[in-house]
Amino acid sequence: MTKDLLASLRPAAVALLAFTVLTGVVYPAIVLAVGQAAFSHTANGSLVVEDGRVVGSELIGQPFTEPRYFWSRPSATAPFAYNAMASAGANLAVSNPARREAVAQRVAELRAADPGNTDPVPLDLVTASGSGLDPDISPAAARFQVGRVARARGLPLERVRALVDAHVQGRTSGILGEPRVNVAALNRALDALR
Amino acid sequence: MSGAGLTQIVVYWLALLLLALPLGAYMARVYEGRATFAQRVLGPIERALYRMFGVRAGAEHGWRRYAVALMLFNVLGLVLVFLLQRVQLWLPGNPNDLPNVPPQVAWNTATSFATNTNWQAYGGETTMSHLTQALALGVQNFVSAATGMAVLVAVVRGFTRRHAEHVGNFWVDLTRSTLYILLPLSILLAILLVARGVPMTTGGHATAHLLQPAGHVDEQHLALGPVASQIAIKQLGTNGGGFYNANSAHPFENPTPLTNFFECLALLLIPAALCFTFGALVKNRRQGWGLFVAMFVLVLPFLILAVHQEAGNMEGKEVRLGESASALWATATTAASNGSVNSMHDSYTPLGGLAPMVLMQLGEVAFGGVGSGLYGMLMFAIVAVFISGLMVGRTPELLGKKIEAFEMKMATLAILVPCLATLAGTALACVAGETPGALANPGPHGFSEVLYAFSSQANNNGSAFAGLTASGDFYTTAGGICMWVARYWIIIPVLAIAGSLARKKTIPASAGTLPTDGPLFVVLLVGTVLLVGALTFVPALALGPIAEQLGGAP
Repeated sequence: MTKDLLASLRPAAVALLAFTVLTGVVYPAIVLAVGQAAFSHTANGSLVVEDGRVVGSELIGQPFTEPRYFWSRPSATAPFAYNAMASAGANLAVSNPARREAVAQRVAELRAADPGNTDPVPLDLVTASGSGLDPDISPAAARFQVGRVARARGLPLERVRALVDAHVQGRTSGILGEPRVNVAALNRALDALR
Repeated sequence: MSGAGLTQIVVYWLALLLLALPLGAYMARVYEGRATFAQRVLGPIERALYRMFGVRAGAEHGWRRYAVALMLFNVLGLVLVFLLQRVQLWLPGNPNDLPNVPPQVAWNTATSFATNTNWQAYGGETTMSHLTQALALGVQNFVSAATGMAVLVAVVRGFTRRHAEHVGNFWVDLTRSTLYILLPLSILLAILLVARGVPMTTGGHATAHLLQPAGHVDEQHLALGPVASQIAIKQLGTNGGGFYNANSAHPFENPTPLTNFFECLALLLIPAALCFTFGALVKNRRQGWGLFVAMFVLVLPFLILAVHQEAGNMEGKEVRLGESASALWATATTAASNGSVNSMHDSYTPLGGLAPMVLMQLGEVAFGGVGSGLYGMLMFAIVAVFISGLMVGRTPELLGKKIEAFEMKMATLAILVPCLATLAGTALACVAGETPGALANPGPHGFSEVLYAFSSQANNNGSAFAGLTASGDFYTTAGGICMWVARYWIIIPVLAIAGSLARKKTIPASAGTLPTDGPLFVVLLVGTVLLVGALTFVPALALGPIAEQLGGAP
């Protein structure tokens, strides 16, 4: 046993050092070099730049509260919604009364913001996402908000509806994932309509 | 379940099988030293490493020396991970100026990554510097996976050798697993991920002006870093520890349905392929298929349960992925001992959450961790042939090796240690003063959070019902002990079995031999796994998810 231990000391120490260099330095460096050289847009966070200033990432959701914008999903990040320095889900159980109350309150808010709308409230619009940074809502959740947004902006309903339709992304190859609408992209397109 | 959901699940399993078959054959060639093309390219690095270690590739050892080398290497790794976390503030590679990690969390994390668990008692982007992520956690992602693969190869040699004293050279198995398998696959996957949106930069964060400033918040800081390299290996090495707190639910870790598909494939790829590697190495391909089928049969009912239960539950899930792909991932990540998540398991329906919990409690043998899943399954195979041997009154054999008292004792130990750690840890937690404050949900679901935490740590999975606050002294200490025990108290008995089997002669199959590559054996094996799991965990499950389901909505 002691003999085995002594004989293993050098290989153990050197192997740890060698693999630290190989997998902890060389490997990330290769990926970094290839990423920065060939895919610098995505490697740096898929940032959206408008008029020389960064207005967000294509991949990260933003909070919207004004009626003239499409709203994102509820976010559970602390200390404020859509904090992209501290991703988090709400982790509320289905059986937790607090979750029922939260959903009921979100439904009430959506109804209050759009009194005439009798469509069923889409699920994803009243449940917190896993990351708290979900950039997307379902096409149903976008269509649900068309009336409110059109009214707040004084735009014809059809125009807003067409804009939503143009922003629907389908499943990848018709198979993977779910259809979705990127909220910030849709809202930027709305602002550009003026 | 929607038609589209079903289609992507079927496509997933077909793709997995199509990739696992050639990879399994390749890995067999690597361990036999016959991977000619790879050896021509990487051989010089391999030989240079051996020279530095001071080992000869041909020099093999008995199981004791093999175990001592493995333990020493793992302990040194653990110490390094602990130390790096404790001093990260004073080191470079910390652009967001994160403080040193508190000692309890650092111990828990060091154990977690050394044991291939990747339980995270911390939020990635708010706790670990870039340097810690790459140099401490990333390195363990590789070598802990390679450790599991090395143990498996030693066990294979136990089956294939006769009258032999040696089970292999740990340094050679460790090096080949890392250099020829994990590194090339990780580079490939990481580059694919960067191309599809996963960040890879040395920068700390970007700042964006919000489209609609809300109150005092008019900017959004976006945490960035060397993400892609970390994500690739955490999926491939059944590690699971995310760069970000939200793991693969985070749009930067998993930006699109396509990245989700690849990450989810990566998660089961090596464990599935190792079944075929095993078949090739023991010169019985049907045996490899038998193991793969047994594992698939174990996973399938839980996959169906989770997908069915989660339809219509969007709490804690991402829109781009949807319910089916989330439930598929939850099943795959707990079938493998990966533990990464793309949705919040804590917000699953009672039975939807039961599926991943049971898959962990079965001992992480239905695919399981890289290497560890298969050697765990072989322990169950030993018990299965023993039980069937008792039924017909013959000495049990597995692949021509007599299974005797010593093998049975060691196999039983390896199977029961994680069960004991899970239940003892949960029981202790129930009386720990820390628990009431740590729970995020009331009622039976609160108990489920605790049971899930110990099922995860004591089976080296790493996923969580993440509402539970696991950074307190009790949870970091008890969890760390569970992870340690569940890893090494299995590895050592498994290596002892390898040593014992290698010494035995091989008995030619006769009319009375139970073929271990046919449907009958698959049924026996699946039955044994389910029986041990059910007898051990049904009472505990009754107090958690089952009570929650029967209790209805409060």
